[in-house]
Amino acid sequence: MGTFVIKMPDVGEGVAEAELVEWSVKPGDLIREDDIVAAVMTDKATVEIPAPVSGTVIWLAGEIGDQIAVGAELMHMDVEGEGNRPGAAAVRLREAAGVAEEPQPASGPASPQTPAAPQKDPPKSALTPHNGDRPRAVAPSRDAYGRPIASPAVRKRARDAGIDLRRVTGSGPAGRITHADLDDYTASPEPEGAASEYMRETSMEDIKVTGLRRKIAERMDAANRHIPHITIVEEVDVTALEDLRQRLNGEHAERRGKLTVLPFIMRAIVRAVSEQPALNAHFLDEDNIIRRFGAVHIGIATQTPNGLMVPVVRHAEAMGLWEAAAEIGRLAEASRSGSATREELSGSTISISSLGPLGALATTPIINRPEVAIVGINKIATRPLWLDGEFKPRQVMNISCSFDHRVIDGWDAAVFVQKLKALLEAPAVMFVEG
Amino acid sequence: MEEIDCTVLVIGAGPGGYVCAIRAGQLGLDTVIVDAAYLGGTCLNIGCIPSKALIHAGNEFQKASAFSTDNALGIRTGEASIDLSATMKWKDAIVTRLTSGVGGLLKKAKVRHVAGRARFVDGKTVDVETADGIRRIRAGHVVIAAGSEPVELPQLPFGGKVISSAEALSLPEVPERLAVVGGGYIGLEIGTAYRKLGAQVTVIELGDRILPQYDAALTKPVADRLAGLGVEVLTGAGAEGLSQDGEKLRVRIGDELREIEADRILVTVGRRPVTTGWGLAELGLDMDGRFVRIDDRCRTSMRDVYAIGDVTGEPMLAHRAMAQGVLAAEVIAGGNRRWDHGAIPAVCFVDPEIVSVGLSPEEAKAPGIAADVAMFPFAANGRAMTEEDDAGFVRVVCRKSDGLLLGIQAVGNGVSELSAAFSLAMEMGATAEDVAATIHAHPTRGESFQEAALRVLGRGLHV
Repeated sequence: MGTFVIKMPDVGEGVAEAELVEWSVKPGDLIREDDIVAAVMTDKATVEIPAPVSGTVIWLAGEIGDQIAVGAELMHMDVEGEGNRPGAAAVRLREAAGVAEEPQPASGPASPQTPAAPQKDPPKSALTPHNGDRPRAVAPSRDAYGRPIASPAVRKRARDAGIDLRRVTGSGPAGRITHADLDDYTASPEPEGAASEYMRETSMEDIKVTGLRRKIAERMDAANRHIPHITIVEEVDVTALEDLRQRLNGEHAERRGKLTVLPFIMRAIVRAVSEQPALNAHFLDEDNIIRRFGAVHIGIATQTPNGLMVPVVRHAEAMGLWEAAAEIGRLAEASRSGSATREELSGSTISISSLGPLGALATTPIINRPEVAIVGINKIATRPLWLDGEFKPRQVMNISCSFDHRVIDGWDAAVFVQKLKALLEAPAVMFVEG
Repeated sequence: MEEIDCTVLVIGAGPGGYVCAIRAGQLGLDTVIVDAAYLGGTCLNIGCIPSKALIHAGNEFQKASAFSTDNALGIRTGEASIDLSATMKWKDAIVTRLTSGVGGLLKKAKVRHVAGRARFVDGKTVDVETADGIRRIRAGHVVIAAGSEPVELPQLPFGGKVISSAEALSLPEVPERLAVVGGGYIGLEIGTAYRKLGAQVTVIELGDRILPQYDAALTKPVADRLAGLGVEVLTGAGAEGLSQDGEKLRVRIGDELREIEADRILVTVGRRPVTTGWGLAELGLDMDGRFVRIDDRCRTSMRDVYAIGDVTGEPMLAHRAMAQGVLAAEVIAGGNRRWDHGAIPAVCFVDPEIVSVGLSPEEAKAPGIAADVAMFPFAANGRAMTEEDDAGFVRVVCRKSDGLLLGIQAVGNGVSELSAAFSLAMEMGATAEDVAATIHAHPTRGESFQEAALRVLGRGLHV
């Protein structure tokens, strides 16, 4: 056993001494590397001081309220190995070798908010004796290059086994880690809360934002920057709609293809905007013009391998259900395969955003500028609804609609959403010419 | 345009590149290596190997010359002479043997070799200008091993009598007067060799002493030997360019301007990474100063593009590049490998040789390190005496607290071969006690390593 001295670290530029405001340990406590031992306060901040090694506290420098000079001895610990007094400490070499292991409370934001590890009382999990009485991770010795001391063969074995050598106690001369130390380490279970077997991953990757991704980024940015969005989320009971859809699919799927919920929503939008043409429009904000359209060209936000694309179902107002379904399928396929034409990818007057089965309770869709409204479809789920004096299991889907609040007032937005809800809850109405 | 598809493409067939390609091939990866010039890179063709050949020739000629006059050994021969063109032929044969050996090793590892200048089209595509036109290579992974080249001085551009190390290693005859601009290891190695071959040599060094990266104790035996050989060393001296008539080298020492007669002016003021000509700008890789930035797996900032060797930074040494080459190949093959080498020995083949690995005594004075330093002189080593060359010493730097070896240096002839022992001791985490307790063969220069370790422990026997 040796004595390890913790000194008052340099807690900030120009600070010569700091006031001791808390001892987290008392003599006799067993503490682990990185446990907080004390807190000190300067006129700038309170700084917690962690233990750089594991061991037993044997001496504290003063009482709470004392001023301690930077560099003065703060605490002594009994540690396995030689400690750092007298002579140089392994840990001090680590400092010199530039290994960023050493606690440096002064660097970075002083962090009184750092959650303190369990302290005061000797933590239960700390230093569960194993490997005989030898505590793990005791003041690991470092070589001239700041590495744990080990032969290349031991290094390779540790790497292959996913063992962080910094956690292994070396039994050889100068704390060198031997093959036998690795055997011991792998044979004994990790104490709770100690290092995991997972390796640190320090890699970083820069990906250039180009092509479609850059286009998406620019458009999203422009939309979000220019348009004050108002989003309304409403609950829609789609039980009747789902019944109808199932029935139509049961009767016609083989011949005419399967219907998803999208063609119905498109039909509802066509009906709703026929009463509120202000929503089927472009706001050309630089020219101060709102351009209303007779045609309803519905953009369908579609995920492709390259990113988000918005193919356009043109003249949805003139399409029946199956026709719309077929067009959606064709456009989605063209977008995913990259064969969609420019024509097919532009000119929408209002858009639908749907995450399909991944959909959530609610989303906040971003408007496809210069349009003024977008309808977000969320997942259909069976939920209890209060109907006729009792809870009933109903098929419920939330819709999230965003509007350009510069040109669409909240009232009109709400009217539109209620209209969609009414149409979708009573689908027969959608197909009654009115 | 003929196209090639492969898993690994290595650009540059120097020691880093060809080792990487061989290892990749061994690991079963479909590998292509491209080089514009020749297999073996600078090292085998115009660097390490030919310079060692020239140094050997210089030493042999010096010996032979010594035997034509009175000498301690009592050997008597006729007057020595040298036909440098024959020497160069011999040197070229060694280079050819080594480079064709590399070719054979690549073939054995099933690596395809494409000769030509490579240029990136994008991160996975490279166009190679071959003798038969452009060939496009598409690769899953690309390893950049473009190497380094001599730095040119703007006031002394290469050409005419101003030469780089490459030309200096292939001169048709020994120049009568050779000026060496730059007193680093490359200039001193070549300058010393030509001095021994009979040239009048002047070294012009800007710093206040030669080999400034080493401490004065290590370089003193070299400075003494240069003086003994009659090499003129001008320190604090800057080369200003050629004289009006283009014949002499103008040198400024303080306020004094001197003109030095020279038949050849060898400029060895450092090497720089080759970062142009292969499309670095198009790739937009992150840089670390003038070097390509890599992580501890030799990965650049672009996915699946790796870099190894001199383009990635100091120390620009072949053995570092080779270790990186192995690492990159194993990472590409899916291995969980990181750069965790510590010891990278540096050897100067000057006279006498210098070896250094780990921390110098000066570096070990950094705060937080308490170190003991001890040296053992070759003047007390039997083997050195019997070789008529007892200049120099072995020195160890050990941590005070536990005797861990932090650094080992030596100067003396033959110490380049001791570098193996030094590096192994460092990399194994040996302490002074480990070295002291290892039986070293007698009589060898290696005993001085053991004695230095004994001395640092206070138990030296032979001093």
